[in-house]
Amino acid sequence: MLTWAALAILLLTVAGFLLARNRAVALAGDTPSLLHSRPVYHGGYVALWTAIAGFGLLLLGLIVTNILIGMALYGGLPAGLSEIERDLIVSDGVALSRGTLASRTDEARQAVAALYGRLTTLQIGGLALASVGVAVFTLMRGLGRVAIPFRARTRFERVVQTLLMISAGIAVLTTIGIVASLLGQTLVFFSEIPVLNFLFGTHWSPLSGVHEGAMDPQKVGAIPLFAGTLLITVIAMVVAVPVGLFSAIYLSDFASARARSIIKPMLEILAGIPTVVYGFFAAITVAPFLRDTGAAMGLSVSSESALAAGVVMGIMIIPFISSLSDDVINAVPQSLRDGSYGLGATKAETIRNVILPAALPGIMSAVLLGVSRAIGETMIVVMAAGQGANLTANPLEAVTTVTVQIVALITGDTEASTAAGPAFALGFTLFCITLIFNIWALRLVRKYREVYD
Amino acid sequence: MQMTDDDPIKFRCQGVNVWYGDTHAIKDNDIDIHDKSVTAFIGPSGCGKSTFLRCLNRMNDTIDICRVTGTLLLDGDDIYSRDIDPVQLRARVGMVFQKPNPFPKSIYDNVAYGPRIHGLARNRADLDAIVEDSLGAAGLWDEVKDRLAAPGTGLSGGQQQRLCIARAIATKPEVLLMDEPCSALDPIATETVEELIEGLGRRYCVVIVTHSMQQANRISQRTAFFHLGNLVEYDTTDAIFSTPQDERTVGYVSGRFG
Repeated sequence: MLTWAALAILLLTVAGFLLARNRAVALAGDTPSLLHSRPVYHGGYVALWTAIAGFGLLLLGLIVTNILIGMALYGGLPAGLSEIERDLIVSDGVALSRGTLASRTDEARQAVAALYGRLTTLQIGGLALASVGVAVFTLMRGLGRVAIPFRARTRFERVVQTLLMISAGIAVLTTIGIVASLLGQTLVFFSEIPVLNFLFGTHWSPLSGVHEGAMDPQKVGAIPLFAGTLLITVIAMVVAVPVGLFSAIYLSDFASARARSIIKPMLEILAGIPTVVYGFFAAITVAPFLRDTGAAMGLSVSSESALAAGVVMGIMIIPFISSLSDDVINAVPQSLRDGSYGLGATKAETIRNVILPAALPGIMSAVLLGVSRAIGETMIVVMAAGQGANLTANPLEAVTTVTVQIVALITGDTEASTAAGPAFALGFTLFCITLIFNIWALRLVRKYREVYD
Repeated sequence: MQMTDDDPIKFRCQGVNVWYGDTHAIKDNDIDIHDKSVTAFIGPSGCGKSTFLRCLNRMNDTIDICRVTGTLLLDGDDIYSRDIDPVQLRARVGMVFQKPNPFPKSIYDNVAYGPRIHGLARNRADLDAIVEDSLGAAGLWDEVKDRLAAPGTGLSGGQQQRLCIARAIATKPEVLLMDEPCSALDPIATETVEELIEGLGRRYCVVIVTHSMQQANRISQRTAFFHLGNLVEYDTTDAIFSTPQDERTVGYVSGRFG
């Protein structure tokens, strides 16, 4: 029913466009220049408003009536029930009415089902009729306004501008929503667990006390996770920064056009490999290799090690750093290179003394973005770093990271509502750290842009 | 403007050809450039004057598709021979570019750049002296002596160009090549830089590419007119502007084309 209504509104929109356009053409007669706006704007104006009115009412109506129906269902329940029982009865009633499975069928549930059935029929029928009606009304009204002096173009453009603004707003609002939900859940968690225990405790086993009904504040210390994240990030950057930077220098100032045309796409392919592939590459190829090599040298390397995860993560970040650095090195004007060569500097001297200093802010921001990627990276560490919260600085041992623990908490067996607390707290911490790095990087980029403008 | 044909010859160029890929940019030109004077290269856009200038310090080497043939002798040495390192050559033949291109470093470090990479100063006092002398020779010392640590990019356009000239002088070159050094400057800055170039011409071999015939007339002792990759006419500046021999030179200096 609602699908048909939507289809009808769509047809009305198309009809509105054609009718209004034709009407404008007819009004203008032999001298189209009489019209203030081109016929297509008259069409667009009517079509746009028809669609907005029809679909808008449909969507808004659905949201509002759903809330009303919910209120009606809960309002009709017998008094003196706990919240969980009320939720159960309503969800069972809805299920009964839809013909799917319910946990029980008793009188209260049957009543809810009957009420729900009646209300939804009313809701759907009413909304379909109302939205199509409004669309027709808007269409007719719009057609009535088509006239030679009517400023359809300015109005049309204003509507489009508003739509653009709303689209931009959606991204912003979503971000705000995510941050708000993160923040809310985190605050709930911290109302039970002291912040200092979380930030500075060294024992991480948040769900070990859950069977007794509450988390043990002594066992939610996230330091081992931060340390593990830091360790792996450092290893990754030790791999990625020199290799990425050197390859960028090679590509921008030494490589022949031919070498560049081969290497650059290869690096971009590296950037396109899904992280999950890197993950099992780390877990199945690199980690055993490191373990066996270590064993041959008399070192005991755990089969899941920070080193394996960090090295592979570094490889993953190489194209990121090399591509961004390549861009900033190329952005250093040729005139500066010429100036340096013209003074008798060699290529190496020019790169060291002129190009790298000029490109440094950009390179720094590439590194910082790389760091924030390393911190937030999940798949590689889930597969290759380990699960146990092991506080160590030894890269040959298994460590765990913030992201790994979030995955473990959310996908684990424990009830989501219980596990969500520490997960949200970890997620929020992670968000804050990467946000700081990203802002820092953006500021560096902006500073860099000012140099040559 | 006195005649200076007795100046010794610094550059002796014979049969010089330049190709950019398949484009024949310089066609079999001979020219002798004299020391301790200013030589101007003039001609319409695309005539090859800048290309020729860039042959004199092998800056064309940095362009992959560029090929140079012929003999270019600097004090009798072939600068395109295998024994010559272009890096050392460029220390002897300095260059100033069309657009001021100070490095994003302090004024001091800009001037000290060349002396540092060539090891011209034994200690800090030496370097300070070189920087002061060079800035002085470029007529910039009084304007910047109190802010040597300020970034060179913060100077005005004319000051930046004089900083670039100071930077070129600091490596103690024998020749100064200038590729339209005033084309990005306003008339007042141009006047200052022109006076500077005139003065430099008494000490160095200066070769300047310019679009402005008035400028060539004002500051140079000799002028070479290029057209479509050919060196059409080369004589004293007075002769080129008062009694040009070639029809094309006549047309260009009288403003009929170009």
